[in-house]
Amino acid sequence: MPPVLRSAGLRKSFGSLEVLRGIDLSIAAGERVAILGSSGSGKSTLLRCLNFMEIPSAGRVFLDGEPVGRQAANGSIRYPRAELMRLRQRVGMVFQQFNLFPHMTALANVMEGPATVQRRARAEARRIAERQLARVGLADKAETYPAFLSGGQQQRVAIARALAMEPEILLFDEPTSSLDPELVGEVLSVILDLSRDGRTMLLVTHELGFAYHFATRVIFLHDGMIHEEGPPEQVLKQPRQDRTRQFLERFTAFRF
Amino acid sequence: MIGPFDFGPVLENFDLLLRGARLTLLLWAIAFAFALVAGLFVGIARSSPRRWLNWPATAYVELFRNIPVLVQLIWFYFAFPVLSGVRLSPFAASAIGLSLNASAYCAEIYRGGLQSVARGQWEGGRALGMGEVQLMGRIILPQAVRRMIPAFTNRAVELLKNTAIASILVVHELMYEARELSAETFLPLETFAVVGVVYFLLIWPGTLFSSYLERRLARQGG
Repeated sequence: MPPVLRSAGLRKSFGSLEVLRGIDLSIAAGERVAILGSSGSGKSTLLRCLNFMEIPSAGRVFLDGEPVGRQAANGSIRYPRAELMRLRQRVGMVFQQFNLFPHMTALANVMEGPATVQRRARAEARRIAERQLARVGLADKAETYPAFLSGGQQQRVAIARALAMEPEILLFDEPTSSLDPELVGEVLSVILDLSRDGRTMLLVTHELGFAYHFATRVIFLHDGMIHEEGPPEQVLKQPRQDRTRQFLERFTAFRF
Repeated sequence: MIGPFDFGPVLENFDLLLRGARLTLLLWAIAFAFALVAGLFVGIARSSPRRWLNWPATAYVELFRNIPVLVQLIWFYFAFPVLSGVRLSPFAASAIGLSLNASAYCAEIYRGGLQSVARGQWEGGRALGMGEVQLMGRIILPQAVRRMIPAFTNRAVELLKNTAIASILVVHELMYEARELSAETFLPLETFAVVGVVYFLLIWPGTLFSSYLERRLARQGG
């Protein structure tokens, strides 16, 4: 089976800072990939290049075998806005900072995709949104504005909002990093619950324990390159590379 | 008579002032409506990273902001016809001058408002697959506009007072009528006291409405 999502020689620089230095990644349908690495390793940037929140400096992304963007005669690649809009409807994203729309209720936030982007009838969009809110356990918060929700609840609404588009692939960019520790659990259990749907998911996280249970594959990024990858059992428990081991030790140093 | 003041002759001609006030409001409404629409486009262009959009918009704003309205009105009435061959009525010249001037200020209000919306809001919309127009109309502007209300109110108030400058082009708005009346009655003190009250009554309800709007939008907590 061809990979649903693939990157070839993906590079990204911000000014003179090279954050991604050639990423070759191939994701099969239904895979759940946890991307680990210390801060500055490029893991968020990699995720953001896959739905073009950042435009890669070089390299290509392939969705369902089709290259994204058009190569011009001089070799540079142009990314037409319409194509990126279509891609983002198939590759959803959940952000570290939730990015809920503060002027809309929870329900309206979740309806926004189906109603505005997919142009579904409002009644239908509402049904979809209600179902997704129920799925993340927030049916009773439909009419609440984000400012009156806890961080964990806000992130669950954001997950419902991404799900309402029925994306084939879902990207999570450190979904629990801005949450109070006691709110992390509710978000992680929602994400774990989603993994039963068989949807392809990529997750950037610092929650190693969660990555172990969630992922079918773990990727360790270092210095803008894939340093080690494999099943969670192997990468997290018997890492082959020194860097990976050092990284993991920092998390287990204060175990009790 | 109130003390040494004689308001009788002024109040007898109050209908004249009312007619002037009507024209004042008309000038204001045209210029403000134009500025709200044109300002949006100029403001978006101003915040664009594309130089071919940003540069002309910046030039426009700086040109109209840094020249007194008085000079602009006179220019549109006297200089513009010479250059273009199109003669403008005093009212048209005033309406155009005030509109373009107010647009430059409104563009800056829009620019500031758009920039005040967190980057994550743009990304949240884009990640859903929204286009730029949807993003602007559904996500960014609704949030920006409520923060812009106080600034727009200020601009609207300023603009209504600026309409008085049209009197020098013999547009028969409130200020012009006031000067006529004061010259006829030899009662400048009384006339301008009344005219001051009329201006105040034209503007004040608008500022009340604006604070009502602010309170209503604040209730959503966003």
